[in-house]
Amino acid sequence: MRGWRRKALGYVGAVAFMLVFWELASLLFHNPALPLPADGLGQFVEQFPLLLPHFGYSTFRVVASILLGLAVGAPLGLALGRSERADLVFGPLVFLNYPVPKAVFLPVFLILLGIGNSSIISLITLIVFFQILVTARDAARSIPAASVLSVRSLGANRWQVFTHVVVPGAMPEIFTALRISAGTAVAVLFFSETFAGSTGLGYFVSDAWGRVQFDEMFAGILAMALLGVVLYEVIEWVEARVCRWARAGR
Amino acid sequence: MADVRVDSVSLTYHGVDADVPALSGVDLALAEGEAIAIIGPSGCGKSTLLLAMAGLLAPTTGAVVVAGEAVARPRLRTSLILQDFGLLPWKTVLANAELGLRIRHHPPEESRRRALEALTRVGLEEFLELFPSELSGGMRQRLALARALALDADLLLMDEPLSALDALTREDLQDLLLTLWRDRGHTSVLVTHSIEEAVYLGRRVLVMSPRPGRIAAVVDNPGMGDPGYRETESFHATCVELRGLLAAEGALHRGGGAL
Repeated sequence: MRGWRRKALGYVGAVAFMLVFWELASLLFHNPALPLPADGLGQFVEQFPLLLPHFGYSTFRVVASILLGLAVGAPLGLALGRSERADLVFGPLVFLNYPVPKAVFLPVFLILLGIGNSSIISLITLIVFFQILVTARDAARSIPAASVLSVRSLGANRWQVFTHVVVPGAMPEIFTALRISAGTAVAVLFFSETFAGSTGLGYFVSDAWGRVQFDEMFAGILAMALLGVVLYEVIEWVEARVCRWARAGR
Repeated sequence: MADVRVDSVSLTYHGVDADVPALSGVDLALAEGEAIAIIGPSGCGKSTLLLAMAGLLAPTTGAVVVAGEAVARPRLRTSLILQDFGLLPWKTVLANAELGLRIRHHPPEESRRRALEALTRVGLEEFLELFPSELSGGMRQRLALARALALDADLLLMDEPLSALDALTREDLQDLLLTLWRDRGHTSVLVTHSIEEAVYLGRRVLVMSPRPGRIAAVVDNPGMGDPGYRETESFHATCVELRGLLAAEGALHRGGGAL
């Protein structure tokens, strides 16, 4: 309970600090693109009904992409990490493609898949997929040999070694990758929604920007920030339940 | 049931640069219910021998026969206890104790009942929902033992199981190992680098010598298991004898024991 209260206190402090910083920056620049906190938050509340459908679209896209990237990337990465033969074949493919900036392929996706959900979700999924794949592979490789030996001595087959040792052992690192890629995902979401279609917070922001409606624009920016924070907290919450052991005994 | 025969086992690791012979012509026979200790300098192949007996390493030549059957893969009632206890940090005390039974597809209720019995036996029944990281070293070792008991192991293979523990906890656990062995009558092989532990827990003590590992000497230790054996004259005499043998193997510095 005391830990919980300390955490809440930390958040209150951080929010207070940010508000002060925001206020000062706004006073310093004195530009409608960066309103005072009171005005900006007021606009956010006022624009809320208008923002809500866009918020829904964006949330759907980013959550679907993260889940897809995780569902494909995590098992594949774990398998590559545990099988030398598979790694020999697919490893180079992964490492040649990992550093390629996937975002620049947005035009290709738009032309091939059309403007809309499928382009946006494909692009973000691809980025999340690679981040999780690479982390999961390294995590699976660093599983202690003693853990594997001990369950094998209990008669575990390859699949049981995978489910009892490799998957739970790699889970904390997969969650770390997930948190990092959630941030990337929201950034790419903004970028791709700017170009692809007329829905989503990215569209809302760039549209308001184009119309020089700075109040609306800033409300959209706040909504996008909120989306990032909520995603991060949800991942944190799930991790605390799934990886309870990693926090035990500290 | 679980008599053990090691028939001229040699085992060579294929290293990156060269092949490393770890065992060479090891012969060994254990009667059912016998308890032996294996001691020797590091690199003498004692852990390798244990893994071969567990069916986790295949001998290059020769064979390991347990209960009349050649060991080719981990056997149902053989239990291996490693130096770091081999516990899974992401499973609770209860789940760790149940693990062997679950892996062998025993029904959940039966697994739970047997795990609870075993945990009660080692005094961990109040800590079922804790994770290994929340236990002391001695409790972790008890948990590793409970896992073996839950499996109803008739052959216990232990690789320096107590070496990470402090002196008092260590004696406590040695007594527990001895009690369990006397009560259950399982066959027991203990690899250790402690002379006192070898003499306390091995009816016979095997001294191994390194590169390649082979059995250099066997010391009979008929007093093992007697109440208060640790305080007797013959216990100390056997320790002194072993120390001399180990010194001859180059495991000790001349003119004083490091062990």
